[in-house]
Amino acid sequence: MTETSETIVEFHRVNFQIGAVKILDDLNLQINEGEILILLGESGCGKTTTLKLINRLIEPSSGEVLVEGKSTTDWNLINLRRRIGYVLQEAGLFPHFTIAENVALVPNLENWEAEKRQTRTTEMLELVGLNPQKFAARFPHELSGGQRQRVGVARALAANPDLLLLDEPFGALDALTRTNLQKEFAKLVRELNKTAVFVTHDLHEAFVLGTRIALMDKGRIVLNDTPENFVKSELPLARAYLETVRRYELF
Amino acid sequence: MNFFEFLQQNWSELLALTREHIFLIFVSTAFAVLIGVPLGILLTRRKSLQTPILGVANILQTVPSLALFGLLIPIPFVGGIGAKTAIIALTLYSFLPVIRNTVTGISGVDKKVKEAATAMGMTDWQILKMVELPLALPVMLTGIRVAVVIAVGVATIAAAVGAGGLGTYIFRGLRQNDNNLLLAGALSSAILALVADFALGQIEKIYSLPNIKNKFSRQRRKFVLISATALILILFGLSFWQNSNNSAANSADKIRVGSKDFTESLILAEILAQMLEKKNVQVERQFELGGNLAHDALLSNQIDVYPEYTGTAYTAILKRPPITDTDAVYQQTKSQYAKKFDLTVSPPLGFSNDFAILIRGDVARKNNLKTISEAVPLSANWQAGFGQDFMSRADGYAGFSKAYNFNFIKQPREMDLSLTYRALAASQVDLIAGNSTDGLISALDLFQLADDKRYFPPYQAVFIARQNKFELLSETFERLNNAISTEEMRRLNYAVDADKRAPKDAANDWLKQKGF
Repeated sequence: MTETSETIVEFHRVNFQIGAVKILDDLNLQINEGEILILLGESGCGKTTTLKLINRLIEPSSGEVLVEGKSTTDWNLINLRRRIGYVLQEAGLFPHFTIAENVALVPNLENWEAEKRQTRTTEMLELVGLNPQKFAARFPHELSGGQRQRVGVARALAANPDLLLLDEPFGALDALTRTNLQKEFAKLVRELNKTAVFVTHDLHEAFVLGTRIALMDKGRIVLNDTPENFVKSELPLARAYLETVRRYELF
Repeated sequence: MNFFEFLQQNWSELLALTREHIFLIFVSTAFAVLIGVPLGILLTRRKSLQTPILGVANILQTVPSLALFGLLIPIPFVGGIGAKTAIIALTLYSFLPVIRNTVTGISGVDKKVKEAATAMGMTDWQILKMVELPLALPVMLTGIRVAVVIAVGVATIAAAVGAGGLGTYIFRGLRQNDNNLLLAGALSSAILALVADFALGQIEKIYSLPNIKNKFSRQRRKFVLISATALILILFGLSFWQNSNNSAANSADKIRVGSKDFTESLILAEILAQMLEKKNVQVERQFELGGNLAHDALLSNQIDVYPEYTGTAYTAILKRPPITDTDAVYQQTKSQYAKKFDLTVSPPLGFSNDFAILIRGDVARKNNLKTISEAVPLSANWQAGFGQDFMSRADGYAGFSKAYNFNFIKQPREMDLSLTYRALAASQVDLIAGNSTDGLISALDLFQLADDKRYFPPYQAVFIARQNKFELLSETFERLNNAISTEEMRRLNYAVDADKRAPKDAANDWLKQKGF
């Protein structure tokens, strides 16, 4: 992360509402190359909505979301999505595809040659710590939750996107598996120099992974700063989050 | 004759009917899938259409099957008699399970999986093809299985519109009071339903999720898919070949003989058909048409000739108020038919099949009843039972009860005409309106009360024919003029109804005996 890093995603006065209910309220946000931005907040605060606006799973009611300087509504929808990796809770793997087929999904859609595809799949499985010989031919239901989530990450990385979106990917895992995956993921993203937007409600996870934390409340970003400055914040909601972490640290 | 002897003697006909049955189910299910699956997919894309379209499919399924067939008959292009109408009705019945299970199957795909597919940049078509359809397949197959099993049952009704199938045996069995026929028809369709259910259940199992995930059964799945498709194509081709053989074009020198759906009409049609065949005229039989179907079929040029009764033609078809002068009815029917429908009426065949008011023989003897008028004072507590026909027509129940001043306390039971004889013999009803030439009258020891007020119009048997085929038919019509007496007709009916002779054999016997 240097001073000269480029803005990859930009929210400009974005509103999103369903009927009369405001989900996002005049949201402004910049995400720069190489950052791991954490969207932190309670359920219903709009963090997942913010994430889904980036790959246009939903469209803003007003304002615009720019990806690489171009409004998402100007992008070819399919192209936009295929160059953004997406990881969701419980992985969302295709139950009728093998692990290899799941990982090779986007390369497949993009009509990569068979050989290149296979090499890439093997590479990706190794990258997320799964033995390709052992796992490639298996089906998702034969894997543990943690292993499935690793496959989810491999699938998101397979077509080598610059930007990754993650929607509470480790939320449903047990504490030990979660901690391991968080550490490995942080290392992986930094090594590969990816930009990532990561949705969580867990401040501990935010600290382990994030280079910047955006705290959201009722459709607005109320704090947008580095983890170091987050700790010093006097904001009541930030203090409340910090309380939860301190309580853990007593034990 | 016990059931096994019956099967031994009739297995080839039973097989042919089963094949017709399978053909009906097959083609209608294929149509239901070809139309229903895309429609179901559309409904998952346009959710606002779900309520109206599923609602219509739902209503279609609740229409009683006989009524649906009846509703379709007068509709041009769609209706008429034969396999086409039956296939359309069956297709309409099969829609609901196919459409509903397509919608349920696709909507039931895990939301997370769909979200992942969308976010990975799959197009709607790719999501459908690669994710939704494979995952929804087991549920969709269940829908098809349900549709097929329903169709096996409903297809038995198809016999009423002349589409053949196992229902032919069931209807014939009811009519002729023949348990072997009933059992053969009902048992075969039940077995067919069970076999179809089992076979489709197996396919469904192979495509269910735990098996899809299994490497070994992937090859098996492919094998099943290929062999099922091959089987379907072979069956399809075979049945079309069969069908095209059956329905050779309506050539000028061919006579298509129709009949109504009761024994006497069948025998008369057989007599005519066999006499024509002896003259080397090509004959096609379109027998067992229910209600006024035979008349409709004649008008729409689907048959050329069928046996009718002057009284029926006069009151039920020409809608004239009943009169009792035999000659007047015949003459007026003949001239009106020529004028209104461009149809010819043959000379009378010699007997009349009048309405016969019947009671049990023992009741008649005990109370010394001979005429309808004598029965009126005893009848207040009687349960009457009438066919749908008698209940609805002008010269039927309404006029009859008024003319004789009948006052039944209990509402007459409306039932299938062929069941009323049995119901009367079994004391479930006490008075019925049957046919005077019915063989069952003596077979079941029933007694016909005389129509002392001459209420019922005469029902002389005649043939009604299309004008353009009259030349081919006129000579045969002349030979049959006054050729069959009431007593002979009763015997012929008895031979079929009680002695279980096939109508064609009974007709043949009579022709030989007459030296025709």
